[in-house]
Amino acid sequence: MIDLDDIQYILLNRAPALVGRYEFLSFRSAAAGRTWLSAMLEQLRSVQAMRESVEQDRRWVTVGFTWNGLRALGVDEASLATFPEEFRQGMVARAEILGDTGASHPETWEGGVAGPDLHAIVLLFARDDDERARWQAAHDELVARSEGVEVLSSLEVGAIPPFDYAHDHFGYRDQLTALAIEGSGEQPTPGSGPLLKPGEFILGYPDEDGPPTRLPQPEILARNSSFMAYRRLQEHVGKFREFLAQHGETPEQRELLAAKLMGRWRSGAPLVLAPEQDDPALAADPQRNNDFNYAKDDPLGYAVPLGAHIRRMNPRDTAANMSRHRMIRRGATYGPHLPDDAPEDGQERGVAAFVLCASLIRQFEFAQNVWTNDKDFNELGNERDPIIGNQDGTLDFTIPKRPIRKKIAGLPAFTTVRGGAYFFLPGLKALRWLAAGGEELP
Amino acid sequence: MTDKDKRPEWSVPAAMAIPEGGYFEDKVDVGRYGPTFPKTPACYGFTIIAKLIPGREEHVREHGRLLAQTVTDAPDSLEVLKLHYLRWVLFDIKSETYFMYQGIFDTDFDKYTEDAVALFSKYGIDTVFENLEGFPADWKTNPASFVQFVRDHQCPSFLEYGEYPYVSADEIKKALRVKAALSEMLDQMQ
Ligand code: HEM
Repeated sequence: MIDLDDIQYILLNRAPALVGRYEFLSFRSAAAGRTWLSAMLEQLRSVQAMRESVEQDRRWVTVGFTWNGLRALGVDEASLATFPEEFRQGMVARAEILGDTGASHPETWEGGVAGPDLHAIVLLFARDDDERARWQAAHDELVARSEGVEVLSSLEVGAIPPFDYAHDHFGYRDQLTALAIEGSGEQPTPGSGPLLKPGEFILGYPDEDGPPTRLPQPEILARNSSFMAYRRLQEHVGKFREFLAQHGETPEQRELLAAKLMGRWRSGAPLVLAPEQDDPALAADPQRNNDFNYAKDDPLGYAVPLGAHIRRMNPRDTAANMSRHRMIRRGATYGPHLPDDAPEDGQERGVAAFVLCASLIRQFEFAQNVWTNDKDFNELGNERDPIIGNQDGTLDFTIPKRPIRKKIAGLPAFTTVRGGAYFFLPGLKALRWLAAGGEELP
Repeated sequence: MTDKDKRPEWSVPAAMAIPEGGYFEDKVDVGRYGPTFPKTPACYGFTIIAKLIPGREEHVREHGRLLAQTVTDAPDSLEVLKLHYLRWVLFDIKSETYFMYQGIFDTDFDKYTEDAVALFSKYGIDTVFENLEGFPADWKTNPASFVQFVRDHQCPSFLEYGEYPYVSADEIKKALRVKAALSEMLDQMQ
């Protein structure tokens, strides 16, 4: 069984929120950080508590810390040394591995997220603007009271119209795939893969390889904790629409091209099951909208191109050890909606996403390094992920087609990385232990 | 433009001299587990040389037979590794026995480290490595320690040559499939 009472809600639940706010914090002293954290504790919900009160609740809060943040809170050097190397180094030092070069280089990241002073993140998700404003006022006041705690920057996130389902600024329906974890009380929908061992996402439990090993110390800190990669990805909506218009003469052709880049129609209908025509009813049906594979259903990519976003990020039955590379995804869109008929307005908009996993190097970094940015992935030779890959205008996107394939050369970058960091997401007991300055708890 | 420039890369034999240490200083790619060795006209590869724990020679030979059987039974066992060739050699220097493991493959090893480690334990390749001096005891749960052992015992080439440079095993297999299909078609036309 997994300890649903001790794991921060966000790992296993998605909040029914429309808006949110992320605060990036720095602590001048351990005492300041602990005072702030002690005050935050009562706001945090476990997986179980969240499930029980979700109907009444109007907001949901999560906290995480960088490695520098754990040190700032007073965690001792011996303990700090037991954390995995990629987390100790932080996302900025891993830029080349992740493909964060050129326009996406951490040098360009704003809001203090790329510097050593970034210590903590608070994620607020709320039902509406009013609730967010109330929370923010209270949090501002807490920060003002906690001398030595500084807000480096904040990011407001929120759903964009139309509000009938979650989607990004390009118009793709999101939050369709969900993985299911043994003991979480959830069953995978058809096609979502086998039930996964909890240790793939939560520290202290067996993973797909066996009992937990090499956990951060002391045990109280590791148990029921997790790691979280933050990615702020700007979406160049004008450029994306221009690209569709340039390569598709009719609205149908443009929709099909958008679908080919993703592997799903913008409605969410998977191309493997709806290769020729969009099918919104299929998209909305969780029993069917994920029920496909690639090896037999679409080996050559006639439905989903071999380099499409979802075929890279989860190659399903065409990759080895798939269960060792799964990721939990959370997040939201930020920035203003750009109406369909409006020209690019130069404002920043995008996706502020989180990838949660037990091993950043084996799950998140593997996905970035191999699936997203390896030009040779699937023997493609000169391609990267068309949505999130590092694109410099010299790469292709191949759409297999009979009798001859279509190759689009010089794919533009539709996204740019504007920020990111690695966080440790402690369990609730671990958070109390941190707030108490590492004292043993009763 | 000479004729040579117009020819596809695979048709022009190529050689690459590699600096001591195995890397080109000005363009070292960084992988998840550290710097990665460059791709050469002979693709990616490594040559690992390590001392055998005394008395283990027969163990290792037995594993050679076992692995051969594994591949016979399940020919796609090693597919993940994107291999061209593996060479396993035992040799003596003075009275000590050494093991050499040379692999030529299409993807830089760093990319699929965890998958390779999982595969090694699945097919018992690990047991061979466990007969080598200095092989990390925690290698199954610590891919970084495995990588470190490989790095410590890697002897980088100072020259690599490819008669058909940079061609991947998949491309070769694809070409052979086309050739087979073509000759079948020609047979049917007669
Ligand atoms: C601008 C940024 C991004 C956009 C617009 C985007 C969009 C999407 C959409 C629309 C889907 C299909 C819906 C679904 O399966 O739930 C999807 C799936 C997915 N994405 Fe992304 N994504 C982005 C960034 C990322 C990042 C940074 C990662 C991880 C490194 C990621 C990993 C995945 C995974 C694992 C899936 C599920 C694939 C499957 O199971 O078939 N995405 N994404």
